[in-house]
Order: sequence, then structure tokens, then C-alpha cells
Amino acid sequence: MSEFSGNGPIPDSPISDSPIYGLMAEFDSAQELVSAAHKAHEAGYQKIDAYSPFPIEGLAEAIGFHKNRVPLVVLIGGLVGGISAYALQYWIAAITYPVNIGGRPFHSWPSFIIVTFEMTILFAGLSAAIGMLALNGLPMPYHPVFNVPEFAKASENKFFLIVFSNDPKYDAARTRSFLNSLAPRMIAEVPS
Amino acid sequence: MATNTQIPVADRRVPVIAPGYTFSTIGEKISNIVLSRPVSLGWIFGFLIVFSMMNLLMMALGYLFIKGTGIWGINIPIGWGFAIVNFVWWIGIGHAGTLISAILCLLRQTWRNSINRFAEAMTLFAVACAGIFPLAHTGRPWLAYWLFPYPNTMNYWPNFRSPLVWDVFAVSTYFTISLVFWFVGLIPDFASLRDRAESTLVQRIYGLLAMGWRGSARHWHRYETAYLLLAGLATPLVLSVHTVVSFDFAVGIVPGWHTTIFPPYFVAGAIYSGFAMVLCLAIPIRAIYGLQDFITMRHLENAAKVMLATGLIVAYGYGMEAFMSWYSGSQFDSFLLWNRFHGPYRLSYMALLACNILIPQVLWLKRFRVSTGWLWLISFVVLVGMWLERFIIVVVSLSRDFLTSSWGMYYPTKWDWMTFAGTIGMFLTAMWLFVRILPMISIFELRTLLPESQVHEAEEVKQ
Repeated sequence: MSEFSGNGPIPDSPISDSPIYGLMAEFDSAQELVSAAHKAHEAGYQKIDAYSPFPIEGLAEAIGFHKNRVPLVVLIGGLVGGISAYALQYWIAAITYPVNIGGRPFHSWPSFIIVTFEMTILFAGLSAAIGMLALNGLPMPYHPVFNVPEFAKASENKFFLIVFSNDPKYDAARTRSFLNSLAPRMIAEVPS
Repeated sequence: MATNTQIPVADRRVPVIAPGYTFSTIGEKISNIVLSRPVSLGWIFGFLIVFSMMNLLMMALGYLFIKGTGIWGINIPIGWGFAIVNFVWWIGIGHAGTLISAILCLLRQTWRNSINRFAEAMTLFAVACAGIFPLAHTGRPWLAYWLFPYPNTMNYWPNFRSPLVWDVFAVSTYFTISLVFWFVGLIPDFASLRDRAESTLVQRIYGLLAMGWRGSARHWHRYETAYLLLAGLATPLVLSVHTVVSFDFAVGIVPGWHTTIFPPYFVAGAIYSGFAMVLCLAIPIRAIYGLQDFITMRHLENAAKVMLATGLIVAYGYGMEAFMSWYSGSQFDSFLLWNRFHGPYRLSYMALLACNILIPQVLWLKRFRVSTGWLWLISFVVLVGMWLERFIIVVVSLSRDFLTSSWGMYYPTKWDWMTFAGTIGMFLTAMWLFVRILPMISIFELRTLLPESQVHEAEEVKQ
């Protein structure tokens, strides 16, 4: 289910051959994080991610993430819900259980619109929530980034940028000095 | 890109969030209510009261299951009685929550960010209370699943031409989508609580609920898309739910029911009573938990204005009903109006006009909109008025239909009142627990209201 970016898969579970999951830099503000993410992306790093306590406009684009399939999932969910609801009502009222109600035709379509509409919304809404979680690879109680003690602040007031160790440009020393050039608060190695 | 770094000097309104807060103090203030605030004696005392009220519901339903709906005041011709009055009232109350969370989200009304969480909770609890009534009213609630289309040995299928079946689909979809919307909104806040919790058990519980949320940019991106789509889906849904509820009446031919104005008039009435409930809850909660910095007078005033506007739509609905009863030239419709003013339920109708139309007009005056005491009182009056409206629609219309031989009177029994009081108890019990175990204000959405959360492209180019 994990569709992480157009740039190929990003390991979400510990990699066996490498003890290091990535290098993480901590920033103080949303502004710093976005410009750091831009710079890392421009420097050619592809397997990077950024973490923040709230959504930041433009951050996903800054790390090179453009492919968002949630709307497609919702569209499919809505269509499935609507079409199956109408088909079920047609099959029940016109084919398997035809009952004369007030002389209306068996296929009295205006009466079927409401349930069709409600089921479209129900299926689309459930697809939005479940699709979002599934594409995000959640639930995932364990993740290597949680090994960094400072990361607890990622849900409070700190901003993090990580370069994954499976990035083709990743090199322990050079990546660290690159991250240093972004003037972070601190840099931590993320054990996998 | 639109930024809200500085409030223009001309904007003298109270800000949506008091100055001086940072990302971490917002989180601290809201999560401390859940994580570290000691349980007060007042909370326990209040809980005992509302929990006892909820037990009235358990008793009333228990006896109902033994004896059947004969213990209620319903009869023929008034087969609907309190069950449907309360059902429509509760469903209507729920509508404000969805309006705040979905419609105001689409309209980019940032002031919603501090009241959407508990308004959504209110929606869920109100819809749960509402659901009890039609379920109990079926007479044999243990067979309620017959309402759903499923293959069975009786070779029976529901009649999809019936508004009552539409209602089942509308209300159950509404509850499910409200729950999903609420839960999705809570995920990042569960992560905040997980990271702030000190005891391992509490950390594990919130950790489980957060499902490993780590605030990744990719996740946020999909999250925001999903949230926006959910808001876009919930908006037509909420309008459809009370429309379908109004079809329960409008598709029937009883005078006072068979009218095309019902759907918009019901939806406006729902939002009217819903905002009244939001104010009734928000005013004491912000005072007790010291949240005046997040739920400011601006919020209360805006809610009061929405109430005033929807109240006027409701007033227009009443006016149109009166006009149509004259203009239609139908003797039954004219009699309906005469009966409302002079019939046996005239006092309820007078009280309804006073509660829903007359008294709320004081909200035109700023004085009343900025006084929490007055606002609470007016909201309470509106809640009573909207309950009376449903009573008038259900009972008065049924008690006087076409043939004098089928006229009747409706008197609620003590079981009716117990059930109604019991659902209020259930609603308040759920609210009581909610404020102590979940963050009642959306932490991450409130953070996005701080100017520091905005990133400026221009500055970035300079660097």
C-alpha cells in the first residue's frame, strides 16, 4: 500500500544492511524548515522527508512530493458507492421484489436518488479517511524517527528534516556537512 | 500567498486567538486539561447529576422493552408524539457541528478552528441521542436491522420509495461520516498528547489512537487533501440529512406537513438550534476551563449572528406557512392556521413564536451579543423554541387532520418525559467525559492561526 512519492520507495521499516536510517536536522521555525527542504532538494537529495507539528503550505512540494492519490481514491469510492446503491435499489424494486406502491412504476428512479446520494457520500467519505491512512502507511506504531529523543517535539514546536540513508547521494560525512550548512539547531543520526 | 501575519489596524474586532501564544503554549494549555488537570469536585458532582439523568433513559427504555410503546402517550391519530419530536430536535442540534467543521472550513473561516472539535463532538452525541427515538419507536427495536437491505430467509426487501427508509440511510451515513471526520481531525492531536503524556499507560492509549502519526510532510499533504474532501462531502450531506427528515413529513398529505418549503426551513431551523446548543455549551466550558483566549468574544458574537440569520429564515418559514394557508384556498390549510392560534395547543404556538422569533431579535443589539449571560439565556430560549416547533409540527398537525371523527389529543406520559430527560443526560454525560479525555480544541489547527506558521515565499527567494 505504500506509495510514497514519485521518486521511488522510501524505506519505512528498518533496513537490514544499514544500521543508520538517516540523518536528521532540527529547526526552530517553519520558515527555516521549508527553505532547508528546498535546498536539500535542489542539492539533489531525493529521499528526504520533513516533519512538522502542523501542515505547512509548500513543504510537500519543497521535498519533491507531488503525486497525491487521495482524490482518485475518493472518486473511485464515491462512484462505487453511488452506482452500487442505485443498482441495488433497481434490482430490489424492479426485479426481485416488485411491489406496487401507490401505482408508481417499479423503476421509480426519483425515489432512488436519495439513497444513491447518501451512499455516494458514505463510500467517498470512508475512502477519504481509509485511503489517506493507507497511502500514508498508517497505522504504524513503530518508526525509526521516534528513536531520536528530540523528535518528541515534532508534535509541539520543532521542525525536522531527514535525509534517508538509502538516498543515492547519501554519504555519512558529506550529508552531515551539507545539513550543517543549513544551520540547524542540532543534527542526529537516526538508528534503524 | 495569503498571509495573516498582521491584523490590519482598521480591524478592531476581537482576534480569534489572544496574542502572546506560541506553538508550545497552545499545545500545553489544551492538552493540560486532559493530561494533568486534577479532577475537580465540581466535575464529579456534575457528572453524578448528568449520569443519574442518563439512568432515567435506561429505566425508561428498559420498561419500554418490556411493555412496548403503549407506555408512551402516543395514540391514533397521534402516532408520532415525543419520539419523533425529540428525534428531529436532536438531529437538528447536531447540524451546527457539521456546519462549523465542514462549511466554515470550505469558506476559510479561521475562527472555526477553536470551536470545531467540540462542536463535532456535540454532533456525534446529539445524533446518537436522536437515533434512540426512531429505534425505540419502531416498537421492536431488536428487529431494527430489517430496515437495511440484506438477503434474508423472509425474501423481504425494504421499500426504497418510503421516506422512512431514506431516513435510515441519511441518518446512519451522517453519523458515520461525522465520526470519521471527527476522528481524522483528532489524529494529529492524539500524536501531540502521546508525546506530552507522562504516564506510560496514557502514552500507549493516545499512541494507539494516533496510529503512529509523525507529522511527515507527505502525510500532512495527503491529510489536508482528505480533510478538505471530507469537508466537501459533509457539506451536501448535512444539508441532505434534515432535508430527508423533512421529507418524512412533506411526503405525507397531512395539512401542515405537505409543503415544499419544508426542506430549507428544516435545515435553517436545524442550524438555528445547533448554534444555540453550541453557545449553551461553549459559554460555561470556556469559563470553567479558562479558554477565553481561544474561544473569544469574536466566536460567541459570530455564533450569535449565525443564530440571528437562521432565526430569520425560520421566521420566514412561519410567515410562508401562514401565507400559504390563506393563498392555497384549501379549507384544511386555513383551518390549520386558525387551529394553531385558537386550538387546544395555542399556548405552545404562542410560546414558539415568542422563543423563536420575538426574543432572539434582541441579538441585533451588540450589547446582548457580547454579554455571555444574555447570550446563554437567549440560546436556551431558542433551544426550547425549536423543540416547541417540532412539537407543533408533529402533534398539532396530527391531532386535527381532515375528518373531525379522527381528531384526538396527545398527552405525554411520565415515560415520555423520562426518555427525553434521559437523552439530555446521555448527551451531557458524553460531553462531560469528552472534555476530560480528548482535546476539546483542535491543537494543530489552532497552531496554524499563529503568524509564525505561515511561510513567506518572497523571503525565501531572498535567502
